[in-house]
Amino acid sequence: MDWETVIGLEVHTQLLTRSKAFSGASTKYGAEPNTQACAVDIALPGVLPVFNQEAARMAVKFGLAIGAQINHRSVFARKNYFYPDLPKGYQISQYELPIVSQGRLTIDADGAEKVIGITRAHLEEDAGKSLHEDFRGMTGIDLNRAGTPLLEIVSEPDLRSSKEAVAYLKKLHQLVVWLGICDGNMQEGSFRCDANVSIRPKGQAKFGTRAELKNINSFRFVEKAIEYEIERQIDLLEGGGTVVQETRLYDSDQDVTRSMRSKEEAMDYRYFPDPDLPPLVLDDALIEGVRATLTELPDAKRVRFMREYSLNRYDAGVLTSSREMADYFEKVVSESRAEPKIAANWIAVELSGFLNRDNKDITHSPVTATMMAGLLKRLADNTVSGKIAKDVLAAMWGGEGDADTVIDKRGLKQITDTGAIDKVIDDIIAKNSKQLEQYRAGKEALFGYFVGQVMKATQGKANPAQVNELLRKKLSP
Amino acid sequence: MFDKTVVELARALSRREISSVELTRLFLERINKYRDLNAFITVDPERSLAQAKAADDRIGKGEAGVLAGIPLAQKDIFCADGWRTTCGSKILSNFVAPYDATIIKKFNRAGAVCLGKTNMDEFAMGSSNETSYYGGVKNPWDTATVPGGSSGGSAAAVAARLSPAATGTDTGGSIRQPSALTNLTGLKPSYGRVSRFGMIAFASSLDQGGPMCRTAEDAALLLNVMAGFDARDSTSVEAPVPDYTQSLDGDIKGLRIGLPKEYFGEGLNSEVAKVIETAITEYKKLGAQVVEVSLPNSQLAIPCYYVLAPAEASSNLSRFDGVRYGYRAKDYSDLLDMYCKTRAEGFGAEVKRRIMIGTYALSAGYYDAYYLKAQKLRRLIAEDFHKAFESCDVIMGPTSPTTAFKIGEKSDDPVAMYLSDIYTISVNLAGLPGMSIPAGFDAKGLPVGLQLIGTYFDEARLLNIAHRYQQVTEWHRRIPKGFE
Repeated sequence: MDWETVIGLEVHTQLLTRSKAFSGASTKYGAEPNTQACAVDIALPGVLPVFNQEAARMAVKFGLAIGAQINHRSVFARKNYFYPDLPKGYQISQYELPIVSQGRLTIDADGAEKVIGITRAHLEEDAGKSLHEDFRGMTGIDLNRAGTPLLEIVSEPDLRSSKEAVAYLKKLHQLVVWLGICDGNMQEGSFRCDANVSIRPKGQAKFGTRAELKNINSFRFVEKAIEYEIERQIDLLEGGGTVVQETRLYDSDQDVTRSMRSKEEAMDYRYFPDPDLPPLVLDDALIEGVRATLTELPDAKRVRFMREYSLNRYDAGVLTSSREMADYFEKVVSESRAEPKIAANWIAVELSGFLNRDNKDITHSPVTATMMAGLLKRLADNTVSGKIAKDVLAAMWGGEGDADTVIDKRGLKQITDTGAIDKVIDDIIAKNSKQLEQYRAGKEALFGYFVGQVMKATQGKANPAQVNELLRKKLSP
Repeated sequence: MFDKTVVELARALSRREISSVELTRLFLERINKYRDLNAFITVDPERSLAQAKAADDRIGKGEAGVLAGIPLAQKDIFCADGWRTTCGSKILSNFVAPYDATIIKKFNRAGAVCLGKTNMDEFAMGSSNETSYYGGVKNPWDTATVPGGSSGGSAAAVAARLSPAATGTDTGGSIRQPSALTNLTGLKPSYGRVSRFGMIAFASSLDQGGPMCRTAEDAALLLNVMAGFDARDSTSVEAPVPDYTQSLDGDIKGLRIGLPKEYFGEGLNSEVAKVIETAITEYKKLGAQVVEVSLPNSQLAIPCYYVLAPAEASSNLSRFDGVRYGYRAKDYSDLLDMYCKTRAEGFGAEVKRRIMIGTYALSAGYYDAYYLKAQKLRRLIAEDFHKAFESCDVIMGPTSPTTAFKIGEKSDDPVAMYLSDIYTISVNLAGLPGMSIPAGFDAKGLPVGLQLIGTYFDEARLLNIAHRYQQVTEWHRRIPKGFE
């Protein structure tokens, strides 16, 4: 039977506020355990939450970026459950009335555009961490993370494959980082994902029973966990079994998902409006204020790059993968006045090669946009050939200075003096009389041999076009 | 000296007729002498006297605050830095607060001295002080009776002159009912008037702290210190705070007193009814007029309250889990067992009952029928008051249907106990200010409280109305026998 996969994703993004969602404690990552947990975070008796408005502004920014409805009135609710790293015994979240609803995100699915619905995005606080390494036979609790603001972004079940799920996640990741509301660090847990996965016979309208996959914290694991889960469900159904609604944990070491709790064991969170917090009311002034801070978004920039710089969709996509990358490209183009297509190629292919190799971000590139523009200028004015330019780029990456310094120091300036090239050619022809004879007898393939000899003699610095032209003249009988 | 009001003591202190240390010692001695009342959970003479000494120094330098050197008893629901703060529960028996509640901070700034932490029903859940882990409190007017609750320790302490005044908190009547049962002037401010930061939560949308004093004048003085917006309490209200002592003497001629017919029906003790009628007559003599009003949804207040308050409490009390502070069971096999044993051993029966009721009311499938329905009733009850205040300026009636009842009389019958708050609960549901003032005694010599209910943020008027009555009556001056 042909099966169709249905996936919906819930993504928790840590918002980049300086203090916590409901207290004044710092949100900085990596401090000594429990040094960034104040009386409110550890839920001492009598303490009360005070909402950090900055988190609301960030949520609104996200909502505007996905064309969503911004709710002027949203309500904080308590999600009640017991766990040692949940100090109050409840998590402050939003339930019936979230701050953002009904948005959408466009992804690339097999080369075509696909619009994925975003049901809602709501504000909530993070829990602390349980440290299961040994504390004299006990579990340790670190509450530094407790109370960090999260925006939980819930998609519609619009995704149809693990590939689409990854494309959606990457797009979402790009967007929240672009907006400056999340640092996107998946290793530190700033961007986490749960996946609801089900399958149904192709053509059937009704959804199958879903499993919720938890604990998938990299793009690669999302794909693998979903793939595993699809296979598991197909095997079950084709073997005459049924899928049960449950929560499953992904184990990346074994590459399997394991049952965590069934629907029957599902917790009743007893949500109710938090009586310590009045409804979150957003006025138009706040929303418009946030809108005014919104700069060009990735999709719009990509379209503009395609139109304005005549780039293809792929290159425009690479160059708008982050705001910093896009800025870099535009700065190179404006400073070098190079052909945008050429600039795009040097950044998206050559520079990206170095970035990927050394696992560096464009913001940490040792070759600045000005340096890259300098190189492209030397390429345009024939100071260096394309081949030599690659060497220059490598040298710049290695810290040897800007293009002019490298060209000067290494003596890489292209030879364009016809007389000088003539002299080298004459010398080569004199030394290769046998090859000259064969060439003139019709073995035209030997032309390349002569070019190679000339380039070798000039250490690659002779202008290739001139070498070709002069050689052709001199070799003809 | 121990029978003086806060206003009188403040005068004596500023004239250097007595020092704060002397005064503090005097009250500490009385607390010790009458310790059988069990009004205090924690006293710490060293700490109190150090505060008194500091207050004397400030008075000496002439930089004293309005309550400089005045000893006050604090209900053990308020966190006070360095003080054990138990909330009447075993689960917090070892908890020493590392910070000051906002009102404690304000009292400290005003120069007040903390005499100790008063006994209370566990987590303020009770109307007789009998649910306290630290034992019941005796009513100084008859030590075989309860002082009311949940602020029973504060009530007994002030009534027995172990402290000139005290703080209380009121979720369904916990300031007013014990004030009525011990002949005090107690004020529950409008919701949002006094910061809840540092006040251990029972039902967040209903809880409100306030003063328990012997006179309206004292209550005004204390409220001046307690009231005001607090950025750390998102439910506190940013409304200007008047000087409550300035309007006490205002004329009440023409005041329209609304008498809700629902407050004078079945269930009201006839002796209490008579005392209330006499008090109303006194007000008429002062130039007030009486109008009948109706609060048709009054009978829904108790069922509504006993869904909402436990629902909020079930969640508020989740933090007492044995993980970070407080009591933890000795032997347990795993995490779940630790939670279960800690909470089973740490909480008393009434608290457990309310946690279970609240958990049930919030459960999937029951939420709409209980919690949502109760929220709707709450709005109806508030609307009743809104309508009533169209034809009157203040609502009056009994604070409690009976005078103080015998210790043990209702402790096995929760519903009978809940009914003792029948006239006070709807005020919390509506978020209005309410007061109880001494209005007379029954045949057994037990005090009766008159309840005054005002419209939102009308505390100044309530205090004015109470003060005018106290200028022409002497009920509030009486001292229980054996404590003179």
